[in-house]
Amino acid sequence: MLLSSMQTIATATTGHPLADTAAKFVWLLPALPLLGFVVNGLLSLTAAANIGPADPSAVGHGHDDHSQESTHGAHGAHDDHHVVRHRHAALVSLVGPGVLAASFVLAAAIFMAMRGVEMHVPFISTLFSWMPVGDLHIDAALQLDPLSMVMVLIITGVGTLIHIFSVGYMQDDPGYPRYFAYLNLFVFFMLLLVLGANYPLMFVGWEGVGLCSYLLIGFWFSEQANADAGKKAFIVNRIGDFGFLVAMFLLFSNLGALDFMGIAGSADKLQPGGPLVTTICLFFFLGCAGKSAQLPLYIWLPDAMAGPTPVSALIHAATMVTAGVYLIARSSLLFSMAPVASLTVALVGGVTALFAATIGLKQWDIKKVLAYSTVSQLGYMFVGVGVGAYAAGVFHLMTHAFFKALLFLGSGSVIYAMHAAYHATHSHDDAQDMRNMGGLKQYLPITWVLMWIATLAIAGIPVFSGFFSKDEILSSVFARAHGSPLADAVWLGIPGSALLYFVYALGLAAALLTAIYMTRMMLYTFHGPNRTGEMERNHLKEAPWTMTGPLVVLGVLSAIGGFLNLPEFFTTLIPALPGETLAKWLEPVVGSATARLAGGEGHLPASTEQLLVGVAITIAVAGIVIAVTRLKPAALVKKSESPESVGLEKMLEHKYYVDEAYEKAIVTPTIVVSRAVLWKGIDSGIIDGLMVNGSAMFARAFGWVGSQLQSGQVGTYAWVLVIGAVALLGAFVRAMQ
Amino acid sequence: MLAEALTLSAVLFAIGVVGVLTRRNAIIVFMCVELMLNAVNLSFVALSRLYGATGQVFVIFVMTVAAAEAAVGLAIIIAIFRHKQTVSLENINVLRG
Repeated sequence: MLLSSMQTIATATTGHPLADTAAKFVWLLPALPLLGFVVNGLLSLTAAANIGPADPSAVGHGHDDHSQESTHGAHGAHDDHHVVRHRHAALVSLVGPGVLAASFVLAAAIFMAMRGVEMHVPFISTLFSWMPVGDLHIDAALQLDPLSMVMVLIITGVGTLIHIFSVGYMQDDPGYPRYFAYLNLFVFFMLLLVLGANYPLMFVGWEGVGLCSYLLIGFWFSEQANADAGKKAFIVNRIGDFGFLVAMFLLFSNLGALDFMGIAGSADKLQPGGPLVTTICLFFFLGCAGKSAQLPLYIWLPDAMAGPTPVSALIHAATMVTAGVYLIARSSLLFSMAPVASLTVALVGGVTALFAATIGLKQWDIKKVLAYSTVSQLGYMFVGVGVGAYAAGVFHLMTHAFFKALLFLGSGSVIYAMHAAYHATHSHDDAQDMRNMGGLKQYLPITWVLMWIATLAIAGIPVFSGFFSKDEILSSVFARAHGSPLADAVWLGIPGSALLYFVYALGLAAALLTAIYMTRMMLYTFHGPNRTGEMERNHLKEAPWTMTGPLVVLGVLSAIGGFLNLPEFFTTLIPALPGETLAKWLEPVVGSATARLAGGEGHLPASTEQLLVGVAITIAVAGIVIAVTRLKPAALVKKSESPESVGLEKMLEHKYYVDEAYEKAIVTPTIVVSRAVLWKGIDSGIIDGLMVNGSAMFARAFGWVGSQLQSGQVGTYAWVLVIGAVALLGAFVRAMQ
Repeated sequence: MLAEALTLSAVLFAIGVVGVLTRRNAIIVFMCVELMLNAVNLSFVALSRLYGATGQVFVIFVMTVAAAEAAVGLAIIIAIFRHKQTVSLENINVLRG
């Protein structure tokens, strides 16, 4: 079996139609960002003397009073002199985004080569044999197929834009080269994650992006809250990684293969719907829940906003957190064999979507709103891949990468302006709190327009990108709820059909809330009277072109990105447009899995579909109308003067006290048990006490007994000698008799 | 004849052992050791009538070693006496563990 899978690889590499195209340079895709990491990393070491936070968004993260005080101290120190730009900043600005742009150009070239080719067999480029151990044979091999191509284009494309934005946002930071080193390293690992031709290589990327996420969340590590947020992200992700590992072990022990081709070749060994494949899929989903911030492991993502805003855009919105969605799409073959696991994915996704959306309603920190929005939208993606609409899930992944990156970069632009204004007037207010903003549209007109585009896209207003992707997910749920293997499956005693209708309702409710909280954010930030302050107002201005330029590109993508995968009802309206481009593109990878879960008919009747679209549009518009009519930006007061909220609002503002509950239920018991049992009991007691010191005590006691024989009295020795001689003699005599 | 000689040898040896065990004076203990050596010599000589001259050769060896031992042993006892002003074994326990 293993041999046959290896032969498949060999034939795929040599005889593949892509073999003589730009695809043979696929190894350069991750290698270029790695080169950027090395160069920027070395540059960051050359001027290590000047380290410290010059955080454009550092003034008041809203974590606690202590962190604000410490920020004020750092801020005050910076007021005395001009910010010293890193002496290699110009070179870093060239290398950092440059390697990404080169990677993107190469990705585009490979994409052009792949377009006319039948991709039913992926192109696999084997670099070297990585782990040849007994039955386990793992190559360091990169796999190009339509799915990884889409991911590579998103990562390098959106990544390049965010890198360019970072030049404007971060270049006055003393840790500028370090920032780009981490960012480039992140892209390297992310590309490894999506290009790896087997699960172990993917896992390397999976862990690597986790590391970079940790490094970048804690980029301004001199503030305790930021360092803690990084640790939180890292530790919560370990739980998910455990699931990923167990799933890999189960795959290897049962199929004997870990590369995607080998698993595809031997998957018929697994019994469809059986407990084994369900277990494997559920463990994989545990990994996804950690990496992609789903219930109950979502808690790290909102805290991850402690990092620089472009990092939030790239890692914690557009790319890394969508790795879980990619993993499920990549494992679609396995998930399509496990309807129960797929239903779990859809249910968790739906609940997360609604749950996070409700929290987003009452956040005041502009980045926290977007963070919970990201968790919610990731829930949508999981609903999509959970019901077997893999193309729809990846489609939403892509549009979300566009509009959420735009929203984050836009909020970065707002924070940048707010921070500059507060810096100029030596104010110490919170530059990220929406209560301190208001009426910014006249100062930041470009950002204002672009963020509205993204808001309309995420809310699901027609022709903007999010409308198509979200609608496709919801209609897929509806379509699968009747007459599909998913509907016929039973999930913990609940019929799959009922569960899917419930997920659909969750999705609709989340869509309504999405429209509301996004409009709320826009109203409070850009509309109504300005609450920045008399003096600060004069210093508010639009960011430089390196920052607005990427915003414009992302704005265009957010607006028209949906045309990459137009649904059937839309192409019947306008027949000139190509329909379902992305779905057809991904067909070789996820087509059979999609068909298996879709059952007999994949599509709804046209009338039903039109009805669903009508419902979705109504809900989106209703959400915006509710927000516009009910919210009064004019009534807001500055953060420092705002009263405490009460009741449900207070509960939402405190995120349902989930962090506090985890603290009480998990963190504190863990610490108590670790201290009392593991440390004091096992480590100090048994290991140190019994084993280490115990053996020493035993040797000492034994030596003391021996030393007592050495009395120094010759008489005693003589007695012992004689008694011994007599005893020996007696023994001899007795033996001779 | 042999029996009497061996009996005498055993008696002498036993006296030597008892002396070593009971006396506290290093000189007397030393003399008792010599007594034990010579008891053994006696049995060597007695048994050589039965088993040939090997026993007599051994006696020569034992006497040689005993002479050397006496020289060294007495020298040590004198040294101890100079150091401690006593040769009582009860007071000599510098090698106590």
